[in-house]
Amino acid sequence: MQRLLRHRLLWPFVTLALLLAVNAVFNPGFWQLQWRDGHLYGSVIDILNRAAPLALVALGMTLVIATRGIDISVGAVVAIAAAVAALMIGGELVVKDGVQTHVSRFPMGVAIAAALVVAALCGLWNGLLVAKVGMQPIIATLILMVAGRGIAQLLTGGQIITVYYAPFFFLGNGFLLGLPFAVFIAAAVWGVLHWLMTRTALGLFIQAIGINPAAARLAGLQERLITVCVYVFCGFAAGVAGLVISSNVKSADGNNAGMLMELDAILAVTLGGTLLTGGRFSLAGSVLGALIIQTLTSTIYSIGVPPEINMVVKAAVVFVVMLMQSAEFRAALRGWVVRPAAAGGAR
Amino acid sequence: MTAELVLEARGLTRRFTGVLALSGVDFRLFAGEVHALMGQNGAGKSTLIKVLTGVHPPDAGELRLGGEPIQPGSPAAAQRLGISTVYQEVNLCPNLTVAENIFAGRYPRKSAAGLWRIDWARMQRDARALLARLNLSIDVTRLLSSYPVAVQQMVAIARALSVEAKVLILDEPTSSLDEQEVERLFTVLRQLRDEGMAILFVTHFLEQMYAVSDRITVLRNGERVGEYLKAELPPAALITAMVGRALSAAAGRNDSAAAAAGETLLEARGIGRRGQLNPVDLALRRGEVVGVGGLLGSGRTELARLLFGLDRADSGELRVGGEHLRFDNPAQAIRHGLAMCPEERKFDGIVAELSVRENIALALQARMGIFNCLSEARQKELADRFVQALGIKTADIDTPIALLSGGNQQKVVLARWLATAPKLLILDEPTRGIDVAAKQEIMNQILSLARDGLGVLFISSEMDEVVRVADRIVVMRDRSKVGELPGNSSEQAVYHLIAAEA
Repeated sequence: MQRLLRHRLLWPFVTLALLLAVNAVFNPGFWQLQWRDGHLYGSVIDILNRAAPLALVALGMTLVIATRGIDISVGAVVAIAAAVAALMIGGELVVKDGVQTHVSRFPMGVAIAAALVVAALCGLWNGLLVAKVGMQPIIATLILMVAGRGIAQLLTGGQIITVYYAPFFFLGNGFLLGLPFAVFIAAAVWGVLHWLMTRTALGLFIQAIGINPAAARLAGLQERLITVCVYVFCGFAAGVAGLVISSNVKSADGNNAGMLMELDAILAVTLGGTLLTGGRFSLAGSVLGALIIQTLTSTIYSIGVPPEINMVVKAAVVFVVMLMQSAEFRAALRGWVVRPAAAGGAR
Repeated sequence: MTAELVLEARGLTRRFTGVLALSGVDFRLFAGEVHALMGQNGAGKSTLIKVLTGVHPPDAGELRLGGEPIQPGSPAAAQRLGISTVYQEVNLCPNLTVAENIFAGRYPRKSAAGLWRIDWARMQRDARALLARLNLSIDVTRLLSSYPVAVQQMVAIARALSVEAKVLILDEPTSSLDEQEVERLFTVLRQLRDEGMAILFVTHFLEQMYAVSDRITVLRNGERVGEYLKAELPPAALITAMVGRALSAAAGRNDSAAAAAGETLLEARGIGRRGQLNPVDLALRRGEVVGVGGLLGSGRTELARLLFGLDRADSGELRVGGEHLRFDNPAQAIRHGLAMCPEERKFDGIVAELSVRENIALALQARMGIFNCLSEARQKELADRFVQALGIKTADIDTPIALLSGGNQQKVVLARWLATAPKLLILDEPTRGIDVAAKQEIMNQILSLARDGLGVLFISSEMDEVVRVADRIVVMRDRSKVGELPGNSSEQAVYHLIAAEA
């Protein structure tokens, strides 16, 4: 019990459970799942599906933050990856065997690979600026945050590019075994990372670099190489998220895709209990964080908070959650609650 | 002595996660005295200071300042009461000016008519006056980082004095100072003592302790062994009090003939780096301990950094095991069997939040690569072995290394390197800030490793240590090697070579 109470994922879990409970109260149909056309439908499934891209971005961000860095360009990378994929797939209308069909401009596999390579290159750029040039991570990635949005707009010509090629929609809208395919993508990425962190020494290395880069280098870690790789992975994860998002909305919007997603991702990582000062990190925590954010967003819509104040409500909830995660605050709170009670007992 | 009792502690007790760090310690500090606090690592010196200065509240016991009971809740509260502390590592902001550092958080303000603006002129005047009290005349508007550590230390003391302090606590103030600087610091301490201040002084250097203190309190395992006047406690008795047993004479090296036969492990020819180290020749054989003697800033550390690939040499050549090599980073050096315990344990050595086990496994794992992962069982086995072999005192191997005392942290860093089974070990000030017994344990470990064929490059500012353990002594001055001396040379011979005009 003591161990459970001290578990680092306790508070994210409690938060998520509370949010789900609030939903269940306001919306009796919240937990209802329907089986239609071989798929599961319901609010919870919806939340899972929508949280998947954010969870992907947050996973990449977790590793970057663990190395004492930060990557605020992920939103722009999402837009770039979406634009590259949408451009290369397109979906021209052709008549084949007397039937009108949409075909991909390039094979879909090539288009997806190209989008992911471009996203990874974005990460490489960030990583080189941070690890080789020695820029502060927030400044280094600020460059791509601004420039990347511009690149995405150049690619799309400032327009929203619509995709007509149906197979591509599977990434963001398809179902596998009754569950949204995007959930499987996020789960697979998490699984690979989890394996890397527990079965290889990468987790130890990333923590050591985040806690004390000088000592890590002296101990023989290739700390620059590992840092670069972490940024490359972060870019790659953002690219995957970009594919899922553009597939989901069947288009690529250079202006708005992934807008402010970097902030949600950082928030998800923090909600999951990873400190921005680097070092110890929790991948599962970041996934929980992403689920919390998505549940919160859904809750605000579903309980009918007027749109003009929903940002404020979201901010207030996040503020309270952050406070509750702080051990110092909880100790202070216990002091306020317990002390008057004890005084009352003495009287 | 009719000295006035300023600070008194009775029965101080403090536990950390079950471990008793202080148990019922009594302590007295008199005005106009320098009081030395002595003890091995983990004896409770740091904890006592932290309790006195309000960093940790005591679990039991009481504190009285000038007869009044006090309960400082924070260092700031202690400072308001008149207890100022200068910590082991200089705790100032290098990016602020000297004057700003002295008055940080308490900038003098102009009157309401001046819109409460910061009174810079007064601040600089006061800063200059304070430093003048310490016989230091420097430009207080320059950045702190532009001055050497010794001056920064003085600034820290000036800051401590700037609040009407009755008690000045100095935690290992001399660990990064050279001899002249230490002497200057002592002059200041004596002067402050004569002005009636009560000074508490923690050090590992016995000689310095005897030079400056009047009264000595010895701690061991969290308990007070006793309080003595300096005259009552000759060095041998002091060491016995600290260690709890009489210390045998230090083991020296007298088997240098055997070592000379070893093959050459490393050979550097004219290795150097502009602005840091003038070209140096150096050879190191199997089973040999080569000492590097020289004062602070003589290029000792720079030499170690070049050999280990932390800095890139821009001249000369390096041969390791007969192979022509160039190290661009430590990883390459490690692959060729080198290992290095750095000078700044806290900044370059320990990975604070990781456990003792992970810290020990780190270098070996780094050499094995990411995918060839040491299982937790192997890590545990490795850690248990070294914890036992080096006598590392820790609650268990999963304790974060930051919770260990300095000497034990250093042993963990040493264990990290021994785990890689190196052929050649560079030790840069391995015994700095470590108590006498731990120092000797570490030295004995090093010597026994050398007997087993390890080549050791031993850098230390404590010349008696260098002379005692080395088979050969490389003497450095002003970023150059000025000569080499055989193993059993006297300290005088080394200093003579350092002092000789080139």
